[in-house]
Amino acid sequence: MWAVFLVLFLPLFALPLLVVLGASFATHWSGVLPSGFTTAHYQAATRGEALRALTTSLVTAVTASLLALTAGTWAALAAAALRKRHRKVMDALFVLPVAVPSVVVGLAILVAFSQPPFLLNGTRWIVITAHAVLVTAFAHQSVSAALARLDPAYEQAAASLGASPAHVLWRVKLPLLLPSLTAAAGLCFALSMGELSATMMLYPPDWTPLPVLVHAATDRGALFTGSAVAVVLMAATLLVLLAVSRVRTRASYR
Amino acid sequence: MAASATLGLPAPGKRAGVPAWVWALPPVALLGLVFLYPLALVVRQSFRPGTGGTSVQPYADVFASEAFREALWTTVWLAAGSTAGCLVLGFVLALVIAFVPFPGARAVSRFIDVFLSFPSFLITLALLFIYGSAGMANGLWTDVTGAAEGPFRFLTTPWGVLLAEITYFTPFVMRPLLAAFSQVDTAQIEAASSLGARAPRIVRQVVLPEALPALAAGGSLVLVLCLNEFGIVLFTGAKGVTTLPMLVYGKAILESDYPGACVVAVVNVLISVGLYGLYRVVSRRAGA
Repeated sequence: MWAVFLVLFLPLFALPLLVVLGASFATHWSGVLPSGFTTAHYQAATRGEALRALTTSLVTAVTASLLALTAGTWAALAAAALRKRHRKVMDALFVLPVAVPSVVVGLAILVAFSQPPFLLNGTRWIVITAHAVLVTAFAHQSVSAALARLDPAYEQAAASLGASPAHVLWRVKLPLLLPSLTAAAGLCFALSMGELSATMMLYPPDWTPLPVLVHAATDRGALFTGSAVAVVLMAATLLVLLAVSRVRTRASYR
Repeated sequence: MAASATLGLPAPGKRAGVPAWVWALPPVALLGLVFLYPLALVVRQSFRPGTGGTSVQPYADVFASEAFREALWTTVWLAAGSTAGCLVLGFVLALVIAFVPFPGARAVSRFIDVFLSFPSFLITLALLFIYGSAGMANGLWTDVTGAAEGPFRFLTTPWGVLLAEITYFTPFVMRPLLAAFSQVDTAQIEAASSLGARAPRIVRQVVLPEALPALAAGGSLVLVLCLNEFGIVLFTGAKGVTTLPMLVYGKAILESDYPGACVVAVVNVLISVGLYGLYRVVSRRAGA
């Protein structure tokens, strides 16, 4: 059983990541292992166009995640106060973007925001809007799951002691939700960092996120440079996820 | 709610002057503006051929084209094949992680979480180095046999996409399965084995029935994700593999045929949203 597991698991899941990492340090790969150790791809992947793409990706992911968290949390809180039938309708509305293909979300936003009254085409906001739409569903899902698990005794106690609804929300509910909010933030950020389908439909030339750059590099045959950019993408995502999970541990100890 | 009423506590949302549904309006309006309104425009555009007016001509054109029918068929069989592969592989792997005690089990589930946070196209990129024309597998073959070329050249065929999709989406099946397996009563398994049942029979008669709801839920999620997958197919770069999302991209961006792209998009959305509705019903029953 053990051996079966190792034979299946390692080549399938660990090897792809290792191969990309190995290729990012190589000049060519014609045998079993890559050859010609070099860090030149990283020099290319951390300056100029690639560096701009990294900041573009980070800014897009952070902005989209914040927008999605705000909208998703608001929607989840508002839905929780509704009657059951209305709540179901609202939940269904907010998970719908998961089911719709991201390419179609991209096409829809391209069609809608290339014509008056909303002209966003050609600006960075069209990319950020698309990312926010795509990740809001995940933020909404994890916050409403956390809300369902929340013990209502806390807010009832606070309210019976005379706290206003706004005070209850700010001082009781949101702090209790903080661990799931940070988890949702990490998920939204990671999804937005790797988003390619909707971005390919929308990105203006001066707002090129990292995944688009990886595709551009591999498309013109520069597989090794593409790998280095992909490793930068993975490292940036992992670093932010690590930071977010540290915030979460601290939040859950409070 | 009944308890708080008898205790004289204000019910949440009833206390402030504004009723609860007013608070629900801003997010719904925002979603309407950035998601529902754009989708409605896609549907409208799909009835407006480039020649002007309103007609079902774009639908007739698209349905009649060979490229669309081929893309529809490729999308469906790739998604079905990938889902079947993910279910088998995910079941076996989750079974081992859950029931065979070994030290790295926690690390493995951590690794799965990390794996899921990476974009799908990385898998295709990696497969290019493993099975590509000058990659690892072919390099090994030429080193061992002395042949000029290796035998692995399936990457630019649908089989390459199938392999990449199975690799990327299997963890999505493993997660609900691991949750389901953690609820299986080990006493049941011990009883079965003390009565002389062998491992395959225990799996078939004790574990599998418990895992069926999780398998159904994970499988339908993967089916929808595969139908919508774009990055893996785009990175494969094969002219011969066109799925519905690729066709939407090609028609809109490369050919600037927006009515055609919108027709394909409407078809794709109908298939995916229908299946996703099914997934929600199944997963609610499974309690996942």
